[in-house]
Amino acid sequence: MIRTEDIKKSFGENDVLKGISTEFYAGKPNLIIGSSGAGKTVLLKLLIGLFKPTSGKVYYDDTDLFSLDDDALREVRMKVGMLFQGNALFDSMTVGENIRFPMDMFTNKSLGEKEKRVDEVLEMVNMEGINDRFPSEVSGGMQKRVGIARAMVLEPKYLFCDEPNSGLDPKTSILIDELINDLTHHNKITTVINTHDMNSVMGIGENIVLLKDGNLVWQGNKNEVLESDEQVLQEFIFASPFLRRLREDALKQRHAHE
Amino acid sequence: MVIDNMLYNVGRYVSLLRSAVARPEKFSMYYKETMRQMDAIGVGSVFIVLLISVFIGMVTAVQFADQLGDSFVPSYYIGYIVRDITIIEMAPTITCLVLAGKVGSNLAAEIGGMRQKEHIDAMEIMGVNTAAYLIMPKIIAAVVVIPMLVAIAAFVSIVGGYLSTVVPGSLSHTEYVLGLRSFFVPRYVFMMFVKAAVFAFLLTSVSCYMGYYVKGGSIELGEASTSAVVVSNVLILVFDFLIALLLT
Repeated sequence: MIRTEDIKKSFGENDVLKGISTEFYAGKPNLIIGSSGAGKTVLLKLLIGLFKPTSGKVYYDDTDLFSLDDDALREVRMKVGMLFQGNALFDSMTVGENIRFPMDMFTNKSLGEKEKRVDEVLEMVNMEGINDRFPSEVSGGMQKRVGIARAMVLEPKYLFCDEPNSGLDPKTSILIDELINDLTHHNKITTVINTHDMNSVMGIGENIVLLKDGNLVWQGNKNEVLESDEQVLQEFIFASPFLRRLREDALKQRHAHE
Repeated sequence: MVIDNMLYNVGRYVSLLRSAVARPEKFSMYYKETMRQMDAIGVGSVFIVLLISVFIGMVTAVQFADQLGDSFVPSYYIGYIVRDITIIEMAPTITCLVLAGKVGSNLAAEIGGMRQKEHIDAMEIMGVNTAAYLIMPKIIAAVVVIPMLVAIAAFVSIVGGYLSTVVPGSLSHTEYVLGLRSFFVPRYVFMMFVKAAVFAFLLTSVSCYMGYYVKGGSIELGEASTSAVVVSNVLILVFDFLIALLLT
């Protein structure tokens, strides 16, 4: 579990986060949503420790992330996997070498053991047999999966995904969501996903945090999204007339069943 | 404002270098990266160094041959002058100025590109000390191979001087070789290697610093690359003077 306590972050005069206190649960996909400029990416980077807060605390279970020295912080980070918006795969390395890199750096496994683990994680993301291809030789969706495979290779306790669906077609987006959801439940990891994608919210949102202008304005799950009459939530998620109609239909159907 | 900015950059540069001096997470990975950099910086720069140094040697010899032509200075002095100018100044300084352009801009662009594509963030999150992994192998590689390149440059320059004076017949083989063997001061060779090592450290560390903290897009990356070359060149010239003051 990851917990934040009154996290504030300012860049000069600009207060980007104005005091976020929340929890991200283990074994569940935790989604951070909000419009552009709401502070989602800053919150995610604070959770990972790439930014330091102006004030407030981030706890990984009982460990205060920002009280750690550099070595201890690196120890914690070895339990963290991250899928970047642009994948951040190393262009000069093959897919296999990309996935193997964290093992090369931090384990004493033999080459055979490392290759075996690479095959395992590639199988986990349904991407067997592309070990020798370069990132530029595979599609955007495949790159996302390779990014997930690399994030999972050291069996992390915490997984962070920054806009995992950006640039993907709806079908591939759903596949990526399902993959992240399965890995989260199967491995009981704390997954935090920063997303704009409403399919993700309604598909895998077991704990959703809505940010607006640097404040946490709503928290709940995908069922509560549908039921809630909170204006700020409805304005953001069901922004178009088409989505509002869909919501009304879904609620009617649900009430008819009840 | 300019002084504030300069002090800020010096502080951040020193802080980055301090972070870069750390125990490697895995020695074999650092060794592999150092070897890769030695190949890129050393082998990758041999041709340009050969080309430049042979011409510098030829020009130096021709110019001095012309200037000393009607004087009472013995003609074998041309070999002596080419040798000392090459060893003391031309080989270390000109070679490193050229390498600041070739290697320095390349390093700044490589690390800056990694910063922009979030590769550095990805490594940080994995737990890698990126300052150490990305910078230290490059500095070690440069400090080892650039003095070798400078030694090659000195030799080739002297050969260039021979080619441009002895081959056309303006000087005899015996005179040129006599000049090369005259008034030799071994300390100058030591000075050449000191300069080469110091310049190598400066051009790699400054270029890595410029790339490591790049922000923005392709324009900023280009600016970082240019700054890497300009700042490295200025520092090489300043330290050239300081080393000359200290060691002569």
